Amino acid sequence: MQLIFEISKPGSATRMLPDLEEGIIKIDLAKSALKEFVQSSGNSSGTLSTLDLPEVPENEIIRHYVALSRRNIGIDTAFYPLGSCTMKYNPKINEDTARLEGFAMLHPMQIFTDQHTPQDHVQGVLQLIYELEKDLCEITGMDAATLQPAAGAHGEMTGLMIAKKYFHDRKEFQRKKVLIPDSAHGTNPASAAICNFEIVTIKSNNQGLVDIENLRKNLNEQSAVFMITNPNTLGLFEKNIVEICNVVHEAGALVYCDGANMNAMVGITKPGEMGFDMMHLNLHKTFSTPHGGGGPGAGPCLVKEHLKNCLPMPRILKEETGEIGVEYDNYTRKEIMSKRYRYILVYTPYDSNLAAHSSSIGRVKAFFGNFGILVRAYTYIKAHGASGLRKNTEYAVLHANYLRVILQEHYDLPHKVVCKHEFVLSDKDIPNGVTTLDIAKRLLDYGQHAPTIYFPMIVHGSIMIEPTETESLDRLNEFAAAMIKIKEEAVSDPELVKKAPHTTVVGRLDAVAAARKPNVKWKRE
Amino acid sequence: MDNPDDRKYTKEHEWVKVENKEGMNATATVGITFHAQELLTDIVFVELPKAGKKVEQFKQLAVVESVKSVSDVFSPVSGEVTAANNELTSNPELINKDPYNAGWIAKLKIEDNAKLNNELNNLMSAEQYGEYLKTAAH
Repeated sequence: MQLIFEISKPGSATRMLPDLEEGIIKIDLAKSALKEFVQSSGNSSGTLSTLDLPEVPENEIIRHYVALSRRNIGIDTAFYPLGSCTMKYNPKINEDTARLEGFAMLHPMQIFTDQHTPQDHVQGVLQLIYELEKDLCEITGMDAATLQPAAGAHGEMTGLMIAKKYFHDRKEFQRKKVLIPDSAHGTNPASAAICNFEIVTIKSNNQGLVDIENLRKNLNEQSAVFMITNPNTLGLFEKNIVEICNVVHEAGALVYCDGANMNAMVGITKPGEMGFDMMHLNLHKTFSTPHGGGGPGAGPCLVKEHLKNCLPMPRILKEETGEIGVEYDNYTRKEIMSKRYRYILVYTPYDSNLAAHSSSIGRVKAFFGNFGILVRAYTYIKAHGASGLRKNTEYAVLHANYLRVILQEHYDLPHKVVCKHEFVLSDKDIPNGVTTLDIAKRLLDYGQHAPTIYFPMIVHGSIMIEPTETESLDRLNEFAAAMIKIKEEAVSDPELVKKAPHTTVVGRLDAVAAARKPNVKWKRE
Repeated sequence: MDNPDDRKYTKEHEWVKVENKEGMNATATVGITFHAQELLTDIVFVELPKAGKKVEQFKQLAVVESVKSVSDVFSPVSGEVTAANNELTSNPELINKDPYNAGWIAKLKIEDNAKLNNELNNLMSAEQYGEYLKTAAH
């Protein structure tokens, strides 16, 4: 397939606007400004043609990108059981609210537009952020939150920076170690390393859970944080989590919850009540905002009361204006008198409103994080309500167990217990040299997106399946049937599976060459 | 493939070859085993340690990245890095092709011979490592 640059023909771009009449618009001014910009970006000739943008008629642009999208497999085209990623359907109502003019047309600097009454123009926006913080705290059992982090790993980094600041303020400078189970997401040790912590790996026991004795042995006065994913990456709930938190606290360290698997807990139980001090959420997983393709994501970081003062700034406060207003009550359909509130931003550590806030780690992202994503997550929460969110969790767990029970008859399931939102098969029972990778590729021929493979690494040849709550029984059955069929093929016709996929535009890509000699740049010949 | 018996092995599948063990200038060459590269599959990137880096036994020395995963390489013995195999920067596949010779990762200068001897006792011989591979699930 040709690139948009290769389709380009000079002069072929659709021109919708008539030529400008001289003097109507200061076109020369615009041109010279653009020329200046081009020159300042290192192009000495300053001619506009050197930008070398493709010239393609509008209808051909559409055809080009639609054709590209049809070569892809995504949540809009297929079942997408990518374990640990919670690829649930993103309801279109999220998009509606995110496109409301007051949100979509917002300028990030608008908070500064009126010097005398700052933030008056963005009260609705601040209210949404404030209420989303409150809702996420309610869901997780935490006390305060920042919505700034742009992704899960960014939330982890924020949490670990907060932990560092906390111990710094307590003058416990020797706490330099972060303990992480061997089943953890790779981002956990990466975040700890970025924050200059030393990493200690905690082995899992034969049930796939944290080995408490091993944890106890590794805890000491140098331990800062124990980072743990619950349910873990095998889809198993850490049933001893209260004891684990106690053991860590006794050693003077903090417990961090990687909330990547929160989709198994919303409305059922709360990390805050298990003893966690801090956590992050992935709004692009649990709260149905777009995932993949650049998202963008959002990874709010939530903490308990004792870490609240370390949160990034600015914080949002809600205060009474002292005025009473008349409001229309939707339930009683009457006008009622109610207090008026306003939302204010607190920036400086010395603000009188937040005297104790001087421990803040500062900003972790410009403005308010990926605000459009926050609107979508807020919509998801409000559209479902408490009972709807709980129901989603129940279905997420039911769907995973439904597939687990069917597939364990055909594939090896190392941990034969009721799982939460996902489960992990191994490659042990796959015959004739057929690998996990081969099965993933063959699934594409059956119109299914592959599960996560070769992770977690504590299971050999992992096949990690997370169906999510948004799939129908028919879809689950289709996937199970494809998996069973592939197992039969591995027995009767292994070459068919080893050479898959057969129906896609491209077959096996050379992953080794792509990694060793990446070629991602197009050059005009 | 046979694991050479002129060196020692770790449970994490690294090897160390010590030279001039009794003398003043003992050196150690470190790499990963045939079994390790087989598990990792095609290696696409190696993060090498810098000369002068001091490392303790079983602490992280380098990082190898394959098509499948990213793994730490732990140092089988304590010492100071004197050289890294820069060939691996452009040809990481040397580890796949020749893990015990051309695919070496780093050379260490040993500072304390008594400590070295203690540390070597924590490691396996080629024969023990072969047995370990048979019994360990991986």
